[in-house]
Amino acid sequence: MNPRGRHALGWWALIMPAFLLMTAFYVAPILQVLAISVTEPQPGLGNYERLFTSESVQRVIGTTLRIGFITTVISLLLGYVLAYRIALAGPRAQRWWLLAVLVPLWISVLVRAFAWVTLLRRQGLVNEGLLAAGVIEEPLALVWNELGIVIGMVHYMVPYAVLPMLSAMREIDPRVLAAARGLGASRAGAFLRVFLPLSLPGVIAAGVLVFIFSLGFYITPAILGGGKTLMAAEWIKLQILDLIRWGLGAMLATMLVVAILATLAVFSRLVNLRRLFGAGG
Amino acid sequence: MSAVAGHALSLQGVAKRYGDFTAVQGATLEVGNGEFLTLLGPSGSGKTTILMMIAGFVEPSAGRILLDGRDITALPPERRDFGMVFQGYALFPHMTVAENVAFPLRVRRMSRGDREAKVRAALDLVQLDRFADRRPAQLSGGQQQRVALARALVFDPALLLLDEPLSALDKKLRAELQEELKALHRRVGRTFINVTHDQEEALSLSDRIAILNHGNVVQVGSPEGLYERPATRFVADFLGKSNFIEGEAAPDAGGMALRRGGTVVLARGTAPAGKALLSLRPEKIALLPGGGVEDNVVEGRIAAWSYLGTGYAVTVATQDLGELRVHLPAWRIPVAPSEGLAVRLGWSRDAAVAVAEDAA
Repeated sequence: MNPRGRHALGWWALIMPAFLLMTAFYVAPILQVLAISVTEPQPGLGNYERLFTSESVQRVIGTTLRIGFITTVISLLLGYVLAYRIALAGPRAQRWWLLAVLVPLWISVLVRAFAWVTLLRRQGLVNEGLLAAGVIEEPLALVWNELGIVIGMVHYMVPYAVLPMLSAMREIDPRVLAAARGLGASRAGAFLRVFLPLSLPGVIAAGVLVFIFSLGFYITPAILGGGKTLMAAEWIKLQILDLIRWGLGAMLATMLVVAILATLAVFSRLVNLRRLFGAGG
Repeated sequence: MSAVAGHALSLQGVAKRYGDFTAVQGATLEVGNGEFLTLLGPSGSGKTTILMMIAGFVEPSAGRILLDGRDITALPPERRDFGMVFQGYALFPHMTVAENVAFPLRVRRMSRGDREAKVRAALDLVQLDRFADRRPAQLSGGQQQRVALARALVFDPALLLLDEPLSALDKKLRAELQEELKALHRRVGRTFINVTHDQEEALSLSDRIAILNHGNVVQVGSPEGLYERPATRFVADFLGKSNFIEGEAAPDAGGMALRRGGTVVLARGTAPAGKALLSLRPEKIALLPGGGVEDNVVEGRIAAWSYLGTGYAVTVATQDLGELRVHLPAWRIPVAPSEGLAVRLGWSRDAAVAVAEDAA
């Protein structure tokens, strides 16, 4: 064996424990789930047939895609404004802004979901405030519906939207923007024709990231949806733990994995995701 | 590109202060129609700040900027209609060469047909028509520079501003593009304002040069005028190389005579009696053969020398005038230089010129 080959072998030996761990505790269970979806309650594609026949399965998929899409769009809009503001701030201010964006990530999802419930419920701060101010007569239904889920999920997703977009914006040469102005573009023109297109790869990456996260979201929809609006993850939990229909739950879980892989496959053709998610090169 | 005449620009006492720091102190400058003017100075001399004020990116703290007599001091950059070539070119990486060049026309809402014709003409002008569909990243530095030029000229701007346009290129390419830039200026007949710290570039390109130091315009003139008759020690030193001789001046039949120790140096021009400073270019000093005669003759010993290909740079230590730098053409040097060799230096009365000491 040449020295280079031996070198490569050394690297593989280093990776091996992590590889074995991943296989044993991550890949194997996923394959098992896939297997359950075609073996329970009886072997065959019966569970997958439900995708086309069962209204409740279709409704769950529809709700999940709709909430995921709305969450993604709103998170991207808010995140873009934030990222833009951060990208243009001075280095000192930039650090504070980033801290403010990242702090929510360190607070448990559960705590944040309950915090939103206290704020948004009928006797919550928002409704009480609006009632007292005379803006509304009846409390608004802000939680235990899709609106509540979207609010909670957007709050969770905004940092994930900001980071890839910010990294794309930081790579834009500020002289290019000055050049656009110098060549006759207005502030808005320079933004639309130069800054926006150059930041677009970051927007796409953020969109993919947020959308994929949203599809499998569990805690926030479970608490803020109040059991009335079901998204895929909660529905799967319901099938498996409450109704003991393993095959059906595993089928939707498999579909979730397929949907995520499909989304990644499509967008990795459009933009260099590896680079945008910080893999370098 | 139509033969529209250029425009004249006038800076009247334009200054820029950042808190306590003064970047530019009251620059007054006239740039004529169709002229190639270079702002030349070391880094921190305020030359880029002046260019940015002309372009509209930096707002002057005082003074006015006039274009053909019209005050444009308060206009934002996009309404000045000046073409600009940025340091590092600042091409739009997400657009092709043709789209880059079309950008100024698109934001001016020109129709597609007119736009295409103009872009083609501009790319022809810089000989890049074959590269229209490439991206900037696929071009060499020199080609990118030419795209930046085409983009800055395509909309028939009133002025073309160049911010260190050649500084990112290697030496050989720089010389080539200098020639091209000069030819381009002659072809389009527009007013060009160039910023550089490279004195050779300034000398070879410009109709006139404004020399800046510490935020002041020190001297403005033609390249020959500045080189031959520098006004101050800084100008003589920054534009080319110079020896400086300090002494007591007195009028004399052919001009002036400057006494330093036991040596009297004859120079042209007049100087009031008293302390004076002479600038003497190294290439104007010759090595005299035994018995040779000149207006000024000084003896000394070679302290150091180096061979430069085109000539020898020799430092000669003299008794009264200190060390004199001498540049000798290689093919005409009468002796083989060696350290400690006794030599006689000679130069004509016209070679030395009186300059002012720099204001502190």
